[in-house]
This record gives sequence, structure tokens and C-alpha cells, in this order.
Amino acid sequence: MLSLVLWAAGASVAPAQEPDPAEGRELYIDSCASCHGAEGEGAEHGPSLVGVGAASVDFYLRTGRMPLANESQQAVKKEPAFDDAQIESLVAYVSSLGEGPPIPEVDTATAELSAGQELFRDNCSACHGAAGAGGAVGSNAFAPSLLETDPVQIAEATIVGPGQMPKFAFEEEALNDLVGYVTYLQDVPEPGGEDIGRVGPVAEGFVAWVAGMGALIAISMFVGRKRERSPAEPDQA
Amino acid sequence: MLKWLDERLGAGHWARKGLKKVFPDHWAFLLGEVALFCFVVLVATGVYLTLFFRPDATPVIYDGPYRALRGQEMSAAYESVLRLSFEVRAGLLMRQIHHWAALIFVASIVVHAMRVFFTGAFRKPREINWLVGVSLLIFAIGMGFTGYSLPDDLLSGTGLRIAYSVMLSIPFIGPYITFLVFGGEFPTEGIISRLFVMHVMLLPALVIGLITVHLGILWRQKHAQFRGPGRTEGNVVGKAFWPSQVFKSTGLMLLVAAVLAALGGLVQINGVWAYGPFDPTAVSGPAQPDWYVGWLEGGLRLFPAWEWTLFGVTIPSAFVPGVVIPGLVFTILALWPFIEQRITKDYEVHNLLDRPRDVPWRTAVGTAGFLYMGLLTIAGGNDVLALTFNIPVEGITWFLRVALLVVPVVGGMIAYRVCKELQVGGDHPLRRRRGTVLRRTTSGGFEEVH
Ligand code: HEC
Ligand code: HEC
Repeated sequence: MLSLVLWAAGASVAPAQEPDPAEGRELYIDSCASCHGAEGEGAEHGPSLVGVGAASVDFYLRTGRMPLANESQQAVKKEPAFDDAQIESLVAYVSSLGEGPPIPEVDTATAELSAGQELFRDNCSACHGAAGAGGAVGSNAFAPSLLETDPVQIAEATIVGPGQMPKFAFEEEALNDLVGYVTYLQDVPEPGGEDIGRVGPVAEGFVAWVAGMGALIAISMFVGRKRERSPAEPDQA
Repeated sequence: MLKWLDERLGAGHWARKGLKKVFPDHWAFLLGEVALFCFVVLVATGVYLTLFFRPDATPVIYDGPYRALRGQEMSAAYESVLRLSFEVRAGLLMRQIHHWAALIFVASIVVHAMRVFFTGAFRKPREINWLVGVSLLIFAIGMGFTGYSLPDDLLSGTGLRIAYSVMLSIPFIGPYITFLVFGGEFPTEGIISRLFVMHVMLLPALVIGLITVHLGILWRQKHAQFRGPGRTEGNVVGKAFWPSQVFKSTGLMLLVAAVLAALGGLVQINGVWAYGPFDPTAVSGPAQPDWYVGWLEGGLRLFPAWEWTLFGVTIPSAFVPGVVIPGLVFTILALWPFIEQRITKDYEVHNLLDRPRDVPWRTAVGTAGFLYMGLLTIAGGNDVLALTFNIPVEGITWFLRVALLVVPVVGGMIAYRVCKELQVGGDHPLRRRRGTVLRRTTSGGFEEVH
């Protein structure tokens, strides 16, 4: 919830002026052209960006995935390399190269959570885990945890299908429900106490052994300790 | 009053003898009691849970306080678990204590079994009790697995689906066994109520029965004990059941209950609401079971997907890691006292325990087995490892495959060497004196004492 508020606040403070594709092009030449080609036509180290759309560029930049550092590894979420204005101008430039999906609009407050839950369970839980904490996909990719992702990026990822993830074509309303549910999962009620990473049984087993069994072994040692100056003589049978 | 009872039941002699039973005083003998007290907590909390749980697959519409599922169709079982978690007073606390107690129950059985193994306590005359113990371990795992599957959430449903395909993989009889257990093709309507009967009736009855036998035999045979001054094959040195051991055990029971209650009250476990109800159409990806089933899952993940055809029947790849390997593991474990007898040709009665170092080869075998199971368990969470440490699953899988062949052997050899070293050193590894002890000689000089 907090991240949503922050995101909304961030959006409203952003400069109202139109993003400038020319500035975006300069940034593009500096940071992206080496892999994606001078005109975004694609090159040896990166795919074509013609027609990927604003949704894709915005997603890859705001999750810090681009510029990619090591192309032999899966792009991962990190701190964005650019500030808001720079991202906006880059998005304006790259999306001017060809028609593509725009940045989706989401409003998690109106989302139908239960419908979103069903969509999530049927479409996303296989890779991202039943509670969105992430999981492994195929042989050498992993689906990251969704518990830190901002709502708009969740919607963008669903449309774009980054990396090994498939693209999804949901109705606008369904997409909103889905994003609403994932955002809710990020802050799901934890009436049971400390949540341990939400990765489920693996973390629970670890805690059971280290904290639980560890404590009980220590307790056994304490209860069963030999008292050196015990007054009673040992009994025999 | 006591006299009255005694005159009628004639139990006085028996009880007096019982009260005087001697318990050796070494903390390692308390580990089995820890398991017993976990079971007591399990029964107590479990009874509370059965008051509210509905073992029923009938679809219902949820309209409880958990917003993200309101209006959804789900099984009555899952709905009752949600109600138990959000609406029943202390329901969630009981659920969580029950689940933590289950994890730790099996863990303490494992630790207790390791104590018995490494000290050679299973040797003649205690082979029967070893078999009872191994059965208890198996039934405890069974209770855990059936209990884990009861809430009918997405995660445990995936576990059941795996169990189903493993059973189905048994050549020739697989289809009949699955039909017997599941009552049809997965997912079946009846499975929840069948699991429920196993979880609250059949398995607990077996476990209680076997615990009784286990303790009865223990009482009859008396405890084994470590070597020490005044301790022989023919006596037990320690404290009497009354008063010393009674107070110790009561204290231990309260402390076990306190630890389990603390975990249950402070650390969330199995928040099934966030997983959502089981849905057969949702192809769930790799899901982890509770830790004591992790090694089975790990075997399935590590074993290459080989399929053979035998007498015209295709044997699915799940058969070897899912049925053959666990079968072998438990067979070897159960028969170990007899295997060891064969190897050592030692058919004597042993009431004095070995220290692990006294029989290096046994310690080496036990260490290797422990490492083998540990690695399989880790493999059961290979996707979580991949995610946590940002390494590809493929790499982890290959690493673990190689480790599974190498680590137990190397670990066993190291254990063997350590035992030999300790035999020479003679001191307890944790209580070894640091430095050297000097003695003043009569002539005024110093010499080292070895
Ligand atoms: C080191 C080379 C490299 C650099 C530098 C780089 N990229 Fe990429 N980019 C890639 C590769 C490889 C992929 C495809 C991998 C993936 O999708 O995870 C990709 C994918 C993309 C996509 C997704 C394309 C699609 O099909 O949806 C976008 C958008 C993108 N990059 C934008 C940028 C931008 C903007 C920059 C500059 C800030 C940049 N990239 C810098 C290598 C690079
Ligand atoms: C086939 C498996 C798969 C499915 C199904 C899938 N994803 Fe993904 N998802 C991935 C992978 C793999 C990545 C990482 C992509 C990359 O390499 O950058 C990813 C990344 C994401 C991210 C970016 C997270 C971040 O902060 O870095 C979001 C958000 C996301 N997925 C949401 C969804 C949603 C919502 C659904 C359901 C509609 C879904 N995914 C279904 C595999 C999947």
C-alpha cells in the first residue's frame, strides 16, 4: 500500500512538461545503442525495439533491467539507472520508433480482489508461486518475487511478457483486478505473526530445525545436565 | 484410598517397582521424550482443530472477512480453514502450534533416532524397539503429509498431485493402489475425507499403539547406558523415576509446550489464505512440501527423467526416485540392527552404549546416510535456493547430483578419521582440555602430563 501511495505521489510531482524525444534519443545513443542499434533496429547484443511500445520500455527502465550489464544473464530488477524525466523522454523516443502497447492505467482502489485472485491463481502462480514470492521457471530462469513491484510495472509485465514470461492479453478491467490482487498480496494480512519470507515450507522447515529443534536440544541439555554436587547418591537397578 | 485401590487391583507391587525404575542421567536420553511431548501437544491442539475443520470437498461460496477470496467457490474444507484462521477464537494460534509441533515432532524423532543409531542402542536385545521406532517415524511422516494436505489449498493440492503420480508410477499395481487411496482419478471428491480419516483416526491410533509398545519394551528391557564408573552390562545407574525423573520430565514437557506455543504465537506458518483454494486447472509450478517430505521431492527433482519399458509396461520416471529409493532407505534403516549383526558377527547382549567414536565404521555409515538424506532434502527446495541466491536451477541440480555421489562418501571418510583421532585423544571433543597440563616434578622442574 505504501509503495502505491509513494508511486502516486511521485507521479503527481513529476514535471508537467511534455517529455522530449530528442533528449531521449541522446540518452539512447549513450546507453542503449551499443546493444539495440543506432535506430533501435536491433543488433548483435540486443533485440529490435521497433514497435515494442511504451509499456515495454517503461517496464524495463523502471525496474532497472535496462541498460543491461551482462547479456548472458537474465535481466533482474535493480535501482533504475535514470530519473523520472529521463525515463519519460527515453520512453517517448523509443515508442516513436513504431506502434506498440502504451503504458497501461491502473487503479488498484477499484480492483475486484477476488476476481484478481482467480486470474492470478490460473495464470501466474505456476511461475511466481502461489503467494507471489517467486519461483524457478524451466531450466535456468526464475520468476522473481512480485512482492516489491509497483502496480504499473505489474500491469506492464503482464502485457509485455519480459524475458521468459509469456504475454497476456487481458481486458482492461481484468488486468486492473489482477494488479489489484498482486498489490494486495504484497500487503496481505499476517495475523499469524512474523512472516518468514513467504516462501513457505522451505523457510518453515529451516525455522523448525534451527529455532525449534535447536531450542529443544538446548533445553534437553539443560534439564538433563549432570549436577556435580548432587546430594543424592545415584540409584541402581 | 491407595490402600483401597491396592486391595482391589493389587497394583501396589507393580507401581512401587515402576516408581523405582532407574533413568540414566545423560541429556541425550531426553530426546525421545521431546518427541513424545510434541505428540502430546499435537493431540491437544488437533482435537481443537477437529471441532471446526470440515473434511468435505463440497463446493461452497466464501463470504468471510478475508477480502481477496470473498465470493469465490471453494471446498468446504478450505473454507473451514479460513474460518478457523480468521474467525474462530484462538483458531489460528492452535493451527500454527499444531503445524510447528508437527514439523518439530518429526525432527525430534530424527534426532532421537540418530542418538540411538550412533550409540549402538539398537543392538541386541533392542532390535524390536528399533523396528517400532522406524515404524513410528514412517507413521509420523504419514501423519504430517496427510495433515498438510487437509486444508485443500493450492500448495498442498500440488503435493497431493505429486503423491498421486508417484503412486500411479508403480508398475502393474499402481492404478489399483491409487484407486484404493484416492477413490478415482485425481482430483477426487472423496480424497479430503479419506485423508481426514487417516489423519485423525488410523494413523494416530497406530502411533499411540506403537508408542505404548515402544515405552513398554523400554520399561521391560530397562535403559541402555553409557559406560562409566560402576556401570555394567547388568545394571542401570541413574536417578529413580520417582521423584527425580518425574520432575525432570514434567519440566521438559512444559518447556516443550512453551517452545511450540511461542513459535505458534509469534511466527506465521502456512498462511493458506495467501495461497488460495486448490484449483485443478491451475498448473502450479514446483511447490515444496513440509521438510520431512522434502527428500522425496528432492529425489524426484534430481533423478533424470528416464523411462523404461518392462514386459510391455512403461515405467514412469517417478518410480525409481519416488518408490524404489524411499523403499530402500526405509528397508535399510529398519534392518540395520540385523545388517550390523551380520557384519560384526556380534550376537551378544549389549546394555552399555558405544560412544560414536568407539565404532568408527558405523559412525561413518551413519554420517554418509545423514548427508545423503540432507542433500536430497536440500534438492527439494532447489528452486527456492535458485531464487534466493540468484543461481540457475539447472546449475544447482547438477551440483547436487554430483554432490549426492561424492559428499556422503567423503563425509563418511572424514567421520571415520575423526573417530580414530578421538580414540587416540580420548577426551570428549567438546570438553577437551585446551593447552597442556604441567606437573611439578620432585626435583622442581616441570613435565607435561599426557
Ligand atoms: C548489454 C546490452 C544491452 C544494453 C546496453 C541495453 N539493452 Fe535492452 N535488451 C538487451 C537484451 C539482451 C534484451 C532482451 C533480453 C530480455 O528481454 O530480458 C533487451 C531487451 C530490451 C527491451 C525489451 C524488448 C521487448 O521485446 O520487449 C527494451 C524495451 C530494452 N531492452 C530497452 C533498452 C534501453 C531503453 C536501453 C538503454 C537505457 C537498453 N535496453 C540497453 C540488451 C541491452
Ligand atoms: C512461464 C512463467 C511465467 C508466468 C506464467 C508469469 N510470469 Fe511473470 N515473470 C516470469 C519471468 C521468467 C520473469 C522475469 C523476466 C525477466 O527475465 O526479466 C517474470 C517477471 C515478472 C514481473 C517483473 C517483476 C519484477 O519486479 O522484476 C512481473 C510484475 C510479473 N512477472 C508478473 C506476472 C503476472 C501478473 C503474471 C500472471 C498474469 C505472470 N507474471 C505470469 C515468468 C512468468
